[in-house]
Amino acid sequence: MSLKRWLYIPVILIVLGLLQWACSALLLDGPIRQGPYYYQILILAGINIILAVSLNLTNGVAGQFSIGHAGFFAVGAYVAACISVYGGPGIHSLLGFMPGDAQGAALLVLAMIGGVLAAALAGLVVGIPSLRLRGDYLAIVTLGFGEIIRVLILNIEAVGGARGFIGIPKLSNFFWVFGGVVAAILIIRNLTRSGYGRALLSIREDEIAAQAMGIPVTRYKVMAFVISAAFAGMAGALFGHFTMYLHTNSFTFVKSFEIIIMIALGGLGSLSGAVLGAIVITVLPELFREFSEYRMVIYSLALILIMIFRPQGLLGNASLLGRKRGGK
Amino acid sequence: MKTRTAYKWMGGALIVLTLGFLACNKKPAGSEEILIGEYGAMTGSTATFGQSTHKGITMAIEELNATGGVLGKQIKILSEDDQGKPEEAQTVVTKLINKDRVSAILGEVASSNSLAAAPLCQQSRIPMVTPASTNPKVTQVGDYIFRICFIDPFQGKVMAKFAGNSLKVKKVAILRDIKSDYSMGLANFFKESFVANGGEIVADESYSAGDKDFNAQLTSIKSKNPEAVFVPGYYTEVGLIARQARKLGITGPLMGGDGWDSEKLWEIGGDALNGCFFSNHYSVDDPSPAIQNFVASFKKKYNGESPDAMSALGYDVAKVLVDAMRRANSDNPDSVRLALSKTSGYAGVTGAITLNESRDAVKPAVVLEVKDGKFAFKETVAP
Amino acid sequence: MHAFLQQIINGISLGSIYALVALGYTMVYGVMRLINFAHGDVYMLGAFFGYYSSRVLHGKLQSSLIETILVMIVSMLGCALIGMLIERLAYRPVRKASRLTSLIIAIGLSLLIENLAQLIFGADPKFFPQLIPEKQIALGGLSLTNQQIIVVVVALLLMAGLNAFVFYTKSGKAMRAVSFNLDAAKLMGINTNAVISLTFALGSALAAAGGILVSMNLPGIDPLMGVMTGLKAFVAAVLGGIGNIFGAVLGGLILGLAETFVAGYGSSTYRDAIAFLILIAILLFKPEGLLGKGQVEKV
Repeated sequence: MSLKRWLYIPVILIVLGLLQWACSALLLDGPIRQGPYYYQILILAGINIILAVSLNLTNGVAGQFSIGHAGFFAVGAYVAACISVYGGPGIHSLLGFMPGDAQGAALLVLAMIGGVLAAALAGLVVGIPSLRLRGDYLAIVTLGFGEIIRVLILNIEAVGGARGFIGIPKLSNFFWVFGGVVAAILIIRNLTRSGYGRALLSIREDEIAAQAMGIPVTRYKVMAFVISAAFAGMAGALFGHFTMYLHTNSFTFVKSFEIIIMIALGGLGSLSGAVLGAIVITVLPELFREFSEYRMVIYSLALILIMIFRPQGLLGNASLLGRKRGGK
Repeated sequence: MKTRTAYKWMGGALIVLTLGFLACNKKPAGSEEILIGEYGAMTGSTATFGQSTHKGITMAIEELNATGGVLGKQIKILSEDDQGKPEEAQTVVTKLINKDRVSAILGEVASSNSLAAAPLCQQSRIPMVTPASTNPKVTQVGDYIFRICFIDPFQGKVMAKFAGNSLKVKKVAILRDIKSDYSMGLANFFKESFVANGGEIVADESYSAGDKDFNAQLTSIKSKNPEAVFVPGYYTEVGLIARQARKLGITGPLMGGDGWDSEKLWEIGGDALNGCFFSNHYSVDDPSPAIQNFVASFKKKYNGESPDAMSALGYDVAKVLVDAMRRANSDNPDSVRLALSKTSGYAGVTGAITLNESRDAVKPAVVLEVKDGKFAFKETVAP
Repeated sequence: MHAFLQQIINGISLGSIYALVALGYTMVYGVMRLINFAHGDVYMLGAFFGYYSSRVLHGKLQSSLIETILVMIVSMLGCALIGMLIERLAYRPVRKASRLTSLIIAIGLSLLIENLAQLIFGADPKFFPQLIPEKQIALGGLSLTNQQIIVVVVALLLMAGLNAFVFYTKSGKAMRAVSFNLDAAKLMGINTNAVISLTFALGSALAAAGGILVSMNLPGIDPLMGVMTGLKAFVAAVLGGIGNIFGAVLGGLILGLAETFVAGYGSSTYRDAIAFLILIAILLFKPEGLLGKGQVEKV
């Protein structure tokens, strides 16, 4: 990367900081009456974007169908929450010289690093054996893995088990969540456009041909899987520190299905599609609250119809704002 | 160049979000109505409990409105579905508070969802009354959070006492629902209290809500020869558990908590449940007119369906809240909170409700015996 | 020892449930190479059709046996119809597309059926009538009921029947041909659409039979009852070698025994994880399953 591109990072940070300031001034303590409600949806949309974009890397770009994304989401959320709940006091006393906000930020960053590493490790452990499998077997193994994680969490008393994990400090906010969104989008976008990404695309299109071309198929698949899991872990860390409470009900396979619906809606493999899908799936139900009991019926019907009539998703390979990318 | 496209995405995302927000920015309801929010699981795997509670709440509000509402206004209940997920509970409660501007909030059944949403109510200073969240931690969130049901330690203790003193059993096995915070709480406190009174827990097995086959756990329980089995689950599974336990030759009584209370329990469990005991808020046989009227009008409204504990608690929670509004002579959240904290001896269907300084209901529990499809009164246990 | 024998009975009884559902799974997979996630939900529908038809029929017939058979027929026909509709409307349009497409559709269908069922039937559990009165069979202090035996026997009978159908009838032969190579089968003049429809109808009818028999034994039915049973039945099918009829039953029995022994002797809290651990292990070490044949990927 050239020096000029590195300069974008402080620019992004400043923009995010300004937006964070605008959020708290306008939405949280400000003149807009429904502000906190909008803020809540904004944050959840951000977290869903990270989840969708990261799942898109394995499911869309590499064509390895995982339906256990909620499992990695859970690993990240619980590990990060453990760090800030059990390690929090120690870290605060270590950082005593810093102002309170900076201590919180440092704690969140540590928790996020922990969550990301743990989820990546989980991704590695699941990925290495199961990525030797094809298509539908992989799907069912990842689903099983997600359920195993849930059973494990239910059995760990230190994280509350069935009673839920309470007392997580509220550390994440617009700045961190959307910082995460920008990081996820940029990193995954650059990856997919690199030689590595093209190799993944070739694996999706024809694994055997890709292998014949000398691509280390398994290693690449595992890498995609691990990166995807790591971002899900980051989303989890941000999620737990926003809701201040974790319960396994948030991480059932229905959540995994929901993320799949997001990327299918936007078009498998399309980055902007994943972003759009995540926003639609988060915001649309809020507009139709009166019909909330039909929500899942409508989702599932929409999913089926899209796959039949427009399998390339709403956007397809034609990116909403960028140029066309590989694919069919 | 590439970073700019990222900005465009962000811009596009923001536009979509803003449009969405504008679209849902409807006018608030007029002030000629009193708005009360309700959140619960209307869909998802715990939907049956959310729907039962909703029936009770709806009936209470309809009755109140028929008699002129409160403070000269009609009451409007805004009900939101949280799908049984904590983050969704937070979203709908934020919506009820900030967008709909409700005066108070009712819900949730599951302690996990109440625990997720209670801090938001506390922060916005909107009173929240939960009908059925039994985890003690719920009301510890703050002074705006109330509950009208038992807490786990109390109900666990009631059955432990009953087992020790009335049934005179010494060896008890536990079969708990690992997925349910309610069941886990009850089981833990039962264990603690029963062991403290000199009893012995010979087996502690578990299942997960939604299971249908419990033979493995029950066989293992049977091999330990307990005199009774404590099954603090919901009626959705207990009926099947009872059947299978009897088939396997477990003859001692099964015991449980208010999660048992439903006509479905007998429908599914049948004869196997004869001679089993559970703690509850009230007895349908209680001749008191309040209870008899409630049962009769509930059956009338819902095609002959009998109310379960959730419906009764939902009915009471709405009435307790409106009663507080009446006493406060205002729907201002702070006044309502104050009046709620002074609730004393409110004659509800689920017993005389008094809220103590930790904002939990203090009321006696009744122990009921299952007898040929009826839940017969056995004894009252005071807190 | 007594408890051990009882656990074996429990395990076989649970395993035969998985086996019944796994038979349908394995059939559809064998022919279409498609995980029909909706299969578990068709099993649920079968139970509910049985529930409603028995409420209509109850008391109108003298013999409970005739009633049982009628209820079975109604429910099996209903589910066969739904299975065919699912195939015609959702799977056929994407048969040529990638397998991922049909997998996502399968997930969508499963969610659709579950949520529609919650709206239509209600979320609360319902009591499934005892069409065949339950009888306890004394066996030296062990507990066994006639219904548990019925489930095992029916699972074995269906297995044998299905096997005979697939290997000794013309339609069965066509089914195997389609399973080997769809296009070649078409060139040989086989009406492949009809064969696939038949497969779905048969698989769904099997699920309905399973739903009714299991619900008599464990008489609480609810709209989400098919989710876990379906997943575990799939695991059973993979364990035995997916596409293999004997394998489905064998896998079901092994899974049932494994779950029972973990719950009975190990920690019952980990029971739900066992099925998936077995699945992962079998896929790693013998991905074609216990009785399956390995397949070489053709380029």
